[in-house]
Amino acid sequence: MSVQATAPAAETERRAQGKRPRPPISQGARSERRLAFLLCAPAVIIMLAVTAYPIGYAVWLSLQRYDLRFPDDRGFIGLSNYATVLTSGYWWSAFAVTMIITVISVAIEFVLGLALALIMHRTIIGRGLTRTVVLIPYGIVTVVAAFSWQFAWTPGTGYLANLLPAGSAPLTDQVASIAVIILAEVWKTTPFMALLLLAGLALVPDDLLKAAQVDGASPWQRLTQIILPMMKPAILVALLFRTLDAFRIFDNIYILTNGSNGTGSVSILGYNNLFRAFNLGLGSAISVLIFIAVALIAFLFIKLFGAAAPGAEPERR
Amino acid sequence: MAVQTQTGGAGRSKWAIANTIVLLYALIPVLWIVSLSFKPASSITDGNFIPREWTFDNYAQVFGVDLFTSALINSIGIAVIATVLAVVIGTMAAYAVARLRFPGKGLLVGISLLIAMFPPISLVSPLFDLWRGIGLFDTWPGLIIPYITFSLPLAIYTLSAFFREIPWELEKAAKMDGATPLQAFRSVIVPLAAPGVFTTAILVFIFCWNDFLFAISLTSTQASQTATVAIANFTGASEFAEPTGSIAAAAVLLTIPIIIFVLFFQRRIVAGLTSGAVKG
Repeated sequence: MSVQATAPAAETERRAQGKRPRPPISQGARSERRLAFLLCAPAVIIMLAVTAYPIGYAVWLSLQRYDLRFPDDRGFIGLSNYATVLTSGYWWSAFAVTMIITVISVAIEFVLGLALALIMHRTIIGRGLTRTVVLIPYGIVTVVAAFSWQFAWTPGTGYLANLLPAGSAPLTDQVASIAVIILAEVWKTTPFMALLLLAGLALVPDDLLKAAQVDGASPWQRLTQIILPMMKPAILVALLFRTLDAFRIFDNIYILTNGSNGTGSVSILGYNNLFRAFNLGLGSAISVLIFIAVALIAFLFIKLFGAAAPGAEPERR
Repeated sequence: MAVQTQTGGAGRSKWAIANTIVLLYALIPVLWIVSLSFKPASSITDGNFIPREWTFDNYAQVFGVDLFTSALINSIGIAVIATVLAVVIGTMAAYAVARLRFPGKGLLVGISLLIAMFPPISLVSPLFDLWRGIGLFDTWPGLIIPYITFSLPLAIYTLSAFFREIPWELEKAAKMDGATPLQAFRSVIVPLAAPGVFTTAILVFIFCWNDFLFAISLTSTQASQTATVAIANFTGASEFAEPTGSIAAAAVLLTIPIIIFVLFFQRRIVAGLTSGAVKG
């Protein structure tokens, strides 16, 4: 199956865990197996059919000259689409913008999310209310929130724009636009980060903190030397997922600036190549490059920081 | 950001302040768009946070346009169908992951993890071409299929975390007491599993409801355009009217189901969001 190609890590994991101890199987175990395969089959088939096959198809498209305006001029051109993308200033500026947005917003989200998690963890009065309210940014449609920010920063219309000196229009300037995009991104996703961190926080034993306090550890020492190290697995999972998520940012930018004034992310670039320039070959090359970038980020997280893949967890039980 | 442990008046007022900040943080952008949606065209550009005069004109206008009503129906229909299918398929797989022993479990979990990390934009160009080829472009199934795919990892994680907490011995006990397998399943297992399935359904629905990238790439007409796309494409009633008010009203309408879910099922959503990610 094409699984080996797409999921080498999972494949070796399976070999390590599934195949080594293989005692003769009983009748019951065999029927249990058959049932399990039947139950999993629909999920596996649909997940592979809609991701593995299209990404393979994208690789194939990316090797062709394929402009929807000139469909007859289609032909195999090897890696030259990649050369075009990688030597173009558009790709690298979009890549830089994406990285800046990703790094800054994940860093802010982590600090704010941790503060929010501590508030939710410790507060007694109004606990239910706080936890309910925090879910609103998480649940709200990104496009809706983006419009709220856009109107807020539109001169004349917006309550925030009116606080600025007269004549400034933040959404027409590159740096200010990126700041607004980061603000929108942070507002929307900090609660999710906070909830993941809150779950990690719940695993830190209160007794330990009390003991440290008795021994004279300051609040800051307790945070950096007890709470954070004990939360490390939760922190890494939260950071990994948010980094990957921020890297594919699209909705907020599309609404706020539509990529103008040098604010387009790689996703915006891919979208524009496809639906504004109708160049399926170049668009596919960009898609494949984004896929590779995301895979690299995930790989680095897991290798460098030892972020436990959350999927490994059910296997242990 | 220190961990506060002190009690008493000073500590309590500190918490009150912290909670108020959180409240304002979460609510201000939402209240702002609500406020805009009630402003009449004459004062929509006054920049006031609270409208000076109130009107329902914007809502009337939004429902006066065919485009938005059909988009709302598309959004609801597509999200509901995708949710039901994803939850059914996810429940089957999650049951196997949580309860059965079989080789390849790690592989299944690995595939779902990869898909959870997959960048949707990478699929947009191939799916656009494939869907045009097989006639799924600009149809409901054309959106439902990718939605199911991308919500399955979430569904499988959340559900298998819930299923591992269920005391399955009760089923055996019920059978010992003389219940048929079907009875044991219906009156013991279903009530225990229902909260987890329901929570998963809410999370998947929110995911589908929120999507913009697939919706804007794989649809082109009223036949399947969803509400998020309709809002983004809004133009004013006439060429000279700014669509701000209509966009705000439509945005508020899109937010209502989310607010209802959050208000009524807060505890469950939190449990569901955190169960799959950190520890079952």
